[in-house]
Amino acid sequence: MRETGLESALPALAPATISGAMTLIDLANPSRFLSLAGRILPWLAALTVLVLAVGLYQSATAPDDYQQGATVKIMFIHVPNAWLSMFVWGVMSVAALGTLVWRHPLADVAAKTAAPIGAAFTFLALLTGSLWGRPMWGTYWEWDARLTSVLILFLMYLGLMALWRAVEDPSRAARAAAVLTLVGAINIPIIKFSVDWWNTLHQPASVIRMGGSTLDRAFLIPLLVMAIGFTLLFLTLHIAAMRNEILRRRVRTLQMLQASKSA
Amino acid sequence: MKLSGRGLRCVRGGREVFSGLDVMAESGHAVAITGPNGAGKTSLLRLLAGLLAMAGGSISLEGGDPELTLPEQAHYLGHRDALKPALSVSENLSFWREFLGSASRSSPADAAQALATVGLDHVGHLPAAYLSAGQRRRLSIARLLAVKRPVWLLDEPTSALDVSGQSAFAAVMTEHLKGGGIILAATHTPLGIAVRELRIGGTA
Amino acid sequence: MTALAALIRRDVSVALRVGGGALIGVLFFLTVVVLMPFAVGPDLALLKKLGPAILWLGALLASLLTLDRLFTADHDDGSLDLIVMSRTPLELACAAKALAHWLAAGLPLVVATPVLGLLLNLDGVATGAVALTLLAGTPALTFTGMIGAALAVVLRRGGLLLSVLVLPLSIPVLIFGVAASNAALSGPSPFGTPFSILCALSLMSLVIGPFAAAASLRHGLD
Repeated sequence: MRETGLESALPALAPATISGAMTLIDLANPSRFLSLAGRILPWLAALTVLVLAVGLYQSATAPDDYQQGATVKIMFIHVPNAWLSMFVWGVMSVAALGTLVWRHPLADVAAKTAAPIGAAFTFLALLTGSLWGRPMWGTYWEWDARLTSVLILFLMYLGLMALWRAVEDPSRAARAAAVLTLVGAINIPIIKFSVDWWNTLHQPASVIRMGGSTLDRAFLIPLLVMAIGFTLLFLTLHIAAMRNEILRRRVRTLQMLQASKSA
Repeated sequence: MKLSGRGLRCVRGGREVFSGLDVMAESGHAVAITGPNGAGKTSLLRLLAGLLAMAGGSISLEGGDPELTLPEQAHYLGHRDALKPALSVSENLSFWREFLGSASRSSPADAAQALATVGLDHVGHLPAAYLSAGQRRRLSIARLLAVKRPVWLLDEPTSALDVSGQSAFAAVMTEHLKGGGIILAATHTPLGIAVRELRIGGTA
Repeated sequence: MTALAALIRRDVSVALRVGGGALIGVLFFLTVVVLMPFAVGPDLALLKKLGPAILWLGALLASLLTLDRLFTADHDDGSLDLIVMSRTPLELACAAKALAHWLAAGLPLVVATPVLGLLLNLDGVATGAVALTLLAGTPALTFTGMIGAALAVVLRRGGLLLSVLVLPLSIPVLIFGVAASNAALSGPSPFGTPFSILCALSLMSLVIGPFAAAASLRHGLD
């Protein structure tokens, strides 16, 4: 049974959860990550605030659309969130490979902490999408191909989080979640394709049409800045969350050590 | 107080485990039920605890609380520890104290005292999932102490306990007998206290 | 009362902690409801008409699927032995366990209903009506399903067998739950009649469920 370096600090103390040989080298890795994270987090956070501030200013001053009016500004929030909802799954897939193939001790920490952040971005994409659709469709929800795909992605994020929660031992949960993440990565395009097909079968034209290349420069630049800003926000949150998770696992390890000390 | 069962007969899954069995235990005395595997040691304890239906015979407890049945005055310590891994050690214990005990007769201090007696007071705040098998058994024993009941029905109580745990448990049992309690224990190993042996299932 | 309160508190906190499955029911509910339009088609008018039925079916399946561990979990770790032996009547202990399950797994379904109503294009009144009928009806599902959960201990088999045993018993609840929601939505019949019957079914199951579950637990212990 493979163990992450975080748990292997305590060999043979609680056989159900801890087994395998301890290697001190494994421990070094998360420690290096912790010190590195501590150094870059403030800078990264400052950069995120700066880029988002510029992006928000540019979005606010961008002209109204001649058709959609001021509601087009929701796009500046909606599109970056939708982009991140997929990007985060990509990050988790790489982490899942790291867990299954390279057995890197940080990989499952990265995968676990990315899931709730990704779910939050996906939820924001859904929320802004339905707010955007409200004036267009007259309802908050339409079974539009894009939104429906994002909704399914959201469900998959929630399922993944439920899987992490269902298994108490993190290293066992990591492998199960890694398999599910990779299966998801293969399946998401298939789901997307079938939803598109299902949707066009029922209603030929999508209500919102939005190709990146047809966008005016006045929209494109703020959108790009916002996308970069949100990606930086994800990185900041992710590194902070990874740091918390590593510390949480250390606390768990110490508690198990404490429990095993005989009275 | 005197616990007696006469002519007990037990049938499980269509097979007669034992019949015509007499068992007797008095205040301040411990009975060790011994016998080969499959002789019905666990079945006898579960019969007394009211967890198995009797196929014949009678059980009575003289001198106990007349308004309560025998199972309601007994502690049963089975193979399984009745712990929830997600709850902390002290949450597990205080649940059983509140659920089993009459709240008037036991206080939270009793639970803390019980944890200290079994040597788990330093891990009270940790989830029970972190405990080893021996520690889980100690926590179950703490339940016997946190809620006062005169009759203890113990199934292999010392399994998973180390030497110091066994001697501590012997002290706990001695204390219980001194207070007029009754102990019936199914066991393969000596309990470390003075017992009367009840051998069932022949000599095979 | 202390004993029952302690049992409810324990079951709710076990369900909500890591490893507990209380919120998975809501996720299942959400998934079932999202699946429906793929079968029916994204026709909002049609979905609106089917909405109460879809929500009720989803809630029914979600609340039954989470039930199968109600007693088996306690049986597996030995807690059930102590609960049977305790001075608290077994019927009351069963009722307390079912109540705790409803609080942790049934009530979140009712809370999630408005969000799902949005997906099915139900307006405020219709969503409110469905949520109200679920609030009145899900206790009946839990307390009827509890009988199956107790049988699962006796038969040492949960999962699908439980569903097969219990689903037919929940048909009346489904009929009057959907009828009441539809009555509020469009129907010519008044809302009050089916809703009262739904409440009556819930109250009846509150009485029958614990007795039947306790009886099967008592006779099935081994």
